[in-house]
Amino acid sequence: MSAIGLVEKTTAYFKDFKTWVALDSTNLSDGQQLAVKYFTVAVILFVAQILFGLLAATQFIWPGFLFEILDFNVNRMVHINAMIVWMLYGFIGCVYWLLEDESQTEIVGLKLGNIAFWVLTAAVTVVVLVYLLVQIGPGKDSSLWFINEGREYIEAPRWADIGIVVVMLIFFYNVVATFTKGKWSGIAGVLTLDLVALAGLYVAGMFYMTNITHEQYWWWWVIHLWVEATWEVLVGVIMAWSLMKLLGVRRKIVQTWLYIEVALMFGSGILGLGHHYFWIGTPEYWLTIGGFFSALEPIPLVAMVVHAVYDSGSHAFKNGNHPALAWVIAHAFGNFFGAGVWGFMHTLPQINMYTHGTQWSASHGHLAFFGAYATINIAFFYLAIQHWRGGVWMGEGTANAWRWKWAIGLLNVGVLGMTIAMLIAGYEQSFIERAVEGSTWGGYFTAQNHPSFQSAMVWRLLFGVVTAAGLGLLIWDLLTIGKGETRKAKVITQQ
Amino acid sequence: MNDEPLWASESFWKKVAIWVTAGSFLILVVLTMDSLSQTSAGGKRVQAYSVINKKIDYQYQEKLHKSIPVVGGDELLFGQQFSEEEARQLVDLGKKTSQAKNCMNCHTLLGNGAYYAPDLTKAWLDKGWIGTDVREDLMMKFLMDPENNARTYGSNRKMPNLGITEQEAKGLIAFLKWMSSIDTNGFPYNFKTIYAEE
Repeated sequence: MSAIGLVEKTTAYFKDFKTWVALDSTNLSDGQQLAVKYFTVAVILFVAQILFGLLAATQFIWPGFLFEILDFNVNRMVHINAMIVWMLYGFIGCVYWLLEDESQTEIVGLKLGNIAFWVLTAAVTVVVLVYLLVQIGPGKDSSLWFINEGREYIEAPRWADIGIVVVMLIFFYNVVATFTKGKWSGIAGVLTLDLVALAGLYVAGMFYMTNITHEQYWWWWVIHLWVEATWEVLVGVIMAWSLMKLLGVRRKIVQTWLYIEVALMFGSGILGLGHHYFWIGTPEYWLTIGGFFSALEPIPLVAMVVHAVYDSGSHAFKNGNHPALAWVIAHAFGNFFGAGVWGFMHTLPQINMYTHGTQWSASHGHLAFFGAYATINIAFFYLAIQHWRGGVWMGEGTANAWRWKWAIGLLNVGVLGMTIAMLIAGYEQSFIERAVEGSTWGGYFTAQNHPSFQSAMVWRLLFGVVTAAGLGLLIWDLLTIGKGETRKAKVITQQ
Repeated sequence: MNDEPLWASESFWKKVAIWVTAGSFLILVVLTMDSLSQTSAGGKRVQAYSVINKKIDYQYQEKLHKSIPVVGGDELLFGQQFSEEEARQLVDLGKKTSQAKNCMNCHTLLGNGAYYAPDLTKAWLDKGWIGTDVREDLMMKFLMDPENNARTYGSNRKMPNLGITEQEAKGLIAFLKWMSSIDTNGFPYNFKTIYAEE
């Protein structure tokens, strides 16, 4: 087929797809149109995350699979990078979505915001292609600048780091300038300060250092203070706004809760950073500080559960968007169990000595990222699609409601299944590799070859497939829910 | 509403949030300055790069209930005495190579990374290198041609050929040797080194 023919065919498919989806963009404000662009890329990257996760999981069972074509380190890198980036896209989308509503004015730098979106998306595409096609380079600065930095979670090469900072600055300008032109609120204030921290912290991870202790020290500033502090607060902001929109909770209540959550989250999370400083060469006082403050980290997550469940109950769960509310509840519990309980289980140095660097961390990572961040993004996707369909009813009696119910079920069962499988593997590693064998390479492989580890890896892959099926169903549902629905959802106002 | 209790007051919690955040961050900044100065290369916790000229061991201390790195007499790497600057350059090449080859997305370093391959924190001291007389040679061969010198321990998991040059391999070995001398507060626990066997 000629190139022109291929382009024509693709265009035709795209047109057919648009007709089938039948979404009317005139229902969206300019800011919301920008937001849904971010959501679209977020979902594509979500698919990439799951796909490369499945490849890496398969390699645990069949190590020869794609050997020296797409090695484990490449698949794993794309798996975790796609996750970080899709969640960031989701968050940026959420903020653009609520910005005009919250500030009660139009976005100031919409054109700039659109340019930033395309620049970021082009950069992400190039980074991923280089990950897949070039993969590694010689031990020179140029490799770190143009291929990858080889640092878990923030592997993006330096040129992309700089691009990310520029895009974040544009995003930040849009948020601040829009609130300044329109109206400030408690939510706006927390959001702005949080974005300062979010952008500022990223810079801490942009330096190469020979001294690995110093390098990992700053690396954790980015990873921990993003994921366990600023992201949690960002989610608090999104949750606060969503609860007002979904249930009509009073602003004074959500804002007061938000301040309490910020105090608890930063009060425990900032010094909770110490739980990453137990074993990297840093002084012994971190054992005490990190142990104590990270043990407090679940408290704000309990507060968020209370907040969400209490508000839902006090409004008798009455709302016109059942999937969104279900995902908000999934978020509250997922955040508490994944980040809170699973984190607490191995955060004290006395146990972390044995669990650090085993499948325990992977178990915690999976449930925490899904429970805390995937869920809230998905809840927001449902809010957005409802609006995109013209504010139709998505509560009781929605057509094909089995799809969203099965999607939420499969995704939660899938992730929970993987989490338990890896927890079993982690226990086995802690006992056999660490406690008994003393962490040598021989000990490592004795644990890896153990039947309970091997069967855990099989279960992890199976539940990974369940997760993938849930994601497929979720996307199908997001594209079709509310299509042909004529009833309008009641516009919820604050009581 | 003047009769509103303090615990339900929005402005009270706003102030609490600001003070708690600012206070925690300030403490973190102070601790960071202290930690960085205590962990610069050449201090007690993180050795100078020229430690690669010395014998390094990791020994269990009954009194402390943990292992600590012990730096002994001369034990040259590649039969060469490195000045501090030469050692720094070699370790730097190794560290850079470890990042450029994306080691961390299979291995863990200081316990951080991925869990598909063994931890590298004390790899220099691992019993798997059989004896100190063959260690350097085995490591060089493994790094430069991992497929034909595979160390799979019956797992079928092999390291791919990463195109590591001879100089990069030397750098990596120097980096691993230097890293094994970092005081990691007893992590990993109960680790028996290559010297414990001899």
